[in-house]
Amino acid sequence: MSRTRTPAVSGWFGGEGDRFRLLGTRCSSCACVFFPREDSHCRNPHCAGGTLEEVPLSRKGRIWSYTDSRYRPPSPYVSNPELPWEPYALIAVELESERIVVLGQAVPGVTVADLTVGMEVEVVPGVLDEDAETTWTTWHWRPTGVTA
Amino acid sequence: MTAEVAVLGVGMHPWGKWGRSFTEYGTAAALAALMDAGLDWPDVGSVVGADTVRGGYPGYVAGATFARALGWQGARVASVYAACASGAQAIATARAQILAGLADVVLVVGADAAPKGFFRPAGGDRPDDPDWLRFRLLGATNPAYFGLYARRRMAVHGDTLEDFALVKVKNAALGALNPYARYRKRVTAEEVAASAVVADPLRLLDICATSDGGAALVLCSMDFARRHGVARPVRIRAVSTVTPRFPNTLLDLPDIATDSAAAVEPPGETLRASIARTAYEEAGIGPEDLSLAEVYDLSTALELQWYEDLGLCGEGEGAKLLREGATAPGGRIPVNTSGGLASFGEAVPAQAIAQVCEVARQLRDAAGDRQVAGARVGITANQGLFGHGSSVIAVR
Repeated sequence: MSRTRTPAVSGWFGGEGDRFRLLGTRCSSCACVFFPREDSHCRNPHCAGGTLEEVPLSRKGRIWSYTDSRYRPPSPYVSNPELPWEPYALIAVELESERIVVLGQAVPGVTVADLTVGMEVEVVPGVLDEDAETTWTTWHWRPTGVTA
Repeated sequence: MTAEVAVLGVGMHPWGKWGRSFTEYGTAAALAALMDAGLDWPDVGSVVGADTVRGGYPGYVAGATFARALGWQGARVASVYAACASGAQAIATARAQILAGLADVVLVVGADAAPKGFFRPAGGDRPDDPDWLRFRLLGATNPAYFGLYARRRMAVHGDTLEDFALVKVKNAALGALNPYARYRKRVTAEEVAASAVVADPLRLLDICATSDGGAALVLCSMDFARRHGVARPVRIRAVSTVTPRFPNTLLDLPDIATDSAAAVEPPGETLRASIARTAYEEAGIGPEDLSLAEVYDLSTALELQWYEDLGLCGEGEGAKLLREGATAPGGRIPVNTSGGLASFGEAVPAQAIAQVCEVARQLRDAAGDRQVAGARVGITANQGLFGHGSSVIAVR
C-alpha cells in the first residue's frame, strides 16, 4: 500500500523537483516578506497594512550557522523509540535578497563535519516522518556541492 | 530617571531536583524573604507571582497559589508570565504598584519544579503555535538554538571551545561557594571537554540544566523602608522589560526564521543590547559604573554574548574580556558571582528573581566568600522567549 504524501505544515512550501520552494507572503503596501507566512496582518509596525500575497523564497542561500541534535528531541517531534537515535544537522540559512534567516534540517547524510558558516546551500523537498497511511513532507537544506 | 523602590528582603529555596511541588519552594522562599525583611506575611499589601506553566492551574495563578499557601489575608494579587523573563515582569509589576501608591509592601515570588530532560511544548496538536512547530518540524530544542549561537560566535569572532569551557570553570568555582546553588563542585576545562556533545559545538557542561527552586523579594516604598528603620536599603533603580523592534534579525527562540530586513532597515542594536541600554538610561548610569553583573548563561557561549550586549566590552571582545580575568572574582567587573545558571540550572519563574537576590546580597556586603569588595551597583540581564527583555539595576 502506498502512502499519501502530505506536507507536515500547510502552505509553507510547494513545487516539485527543481521548482521546489519555500513559500512566504509579501505585503502589497510595504513589500515586507514573511516566513513563516503571515496571512492576516502585516507585522511592519509602520505599515498601514496591505494585502498579503504568496511569494516563493529564494532557492539558495548561505549558512548563517549550524548545529545538530545528538539526543532524541521530545514529542511532538516524531521518531521511532525502538531504533537507535540518529543525529541530524540543523542549518540556519541566510537568503540574500529576502535578508531573512530560515532554519531547517539538513538532508539526511550531511553532518556538521560537512558544513561551514558561509557555505552555499539550496532548499530541497524532504521527508519528516512516515506513519501507516502518510508520508509527511518538509523542506531540507542541502549544500550545493552535494548531489542527492 | 524613575523613582526608586527598596529591596527589604530576599529569600531563596535551594536549587536542586527535590521532587516536591513548586508551591512548597515558593512558600519557603517567601517566608525567608519576609524574615529577612523583618516583616510578617499579614504586613504585605500585594503579592505578585511569576507563573510556572508546568504546574497546571496553580502554576498559571502563581500569585494566588502562594497567597493561599501562606494563608489568605486579603492582599491584592497578580500573576505574570514572560517565560524566562517572568521574574522581571513580577518585579516590574510590584514596582509599579509601589510607585503608584497602590501598595507599600509587595511580595514577589517565583518557583519551579522542572521535569527531567529537554523542555517541551504543551501537549496537543497546535500547528499555529511556533513553539509546537519548532519541535514538530525541526526537533529544535533549546540547546539547538544555543548551539547555533555558539557556532556563529566561533565563525564571526573566533571564539574557541576552550573559551566556552573557561566560562563554566569560572561559574562552577563561584557556585561551589553558594549554598543555594544546585551544583557545588568546581569543574575543570578537561571535564567540560570530556562531557558529551549535546548540540554541536556545545557539550553537556556548556549547557544549563533545568532545576527545582524558588526565589522571593520583599519590595517596599522608600518611605516605608525609612519608617521600618532601614536607612540605607538596596534600591531598585531600573527595570527593563522591552520587546524587540521590527525587523528582529537575530534568530530568536522559538522562531523558525527571523524577520526579513529586505524592505525595512533593521534597528542598529539587537534586542539584548536594547534591554541593557534601556536599563542604563532609566538608572542614569552606564556600564562603567557597574560593580557586578548577573547574566543569563543558558550556555557558556551566551555568557560571552551578554558581556558585549551589556557594553562591558566591544562586539566580539567577550572571550578576550573573559581570558583577561575581568569577569572573574577580583576582576574589573565580576559576572555571575552567584555561580550563574551553570551552577543553578534554570528554574524558569524563579531565576530572574534569584539574580536580583544575588545582586542585593552583594550590595549589602553579605555575599560571604563570593563578596565583590565595595559593590555599589549591580545589573541583572535575561531574555524570555517570545520577545521578552529583562534587566534590573540595583544600587546601594
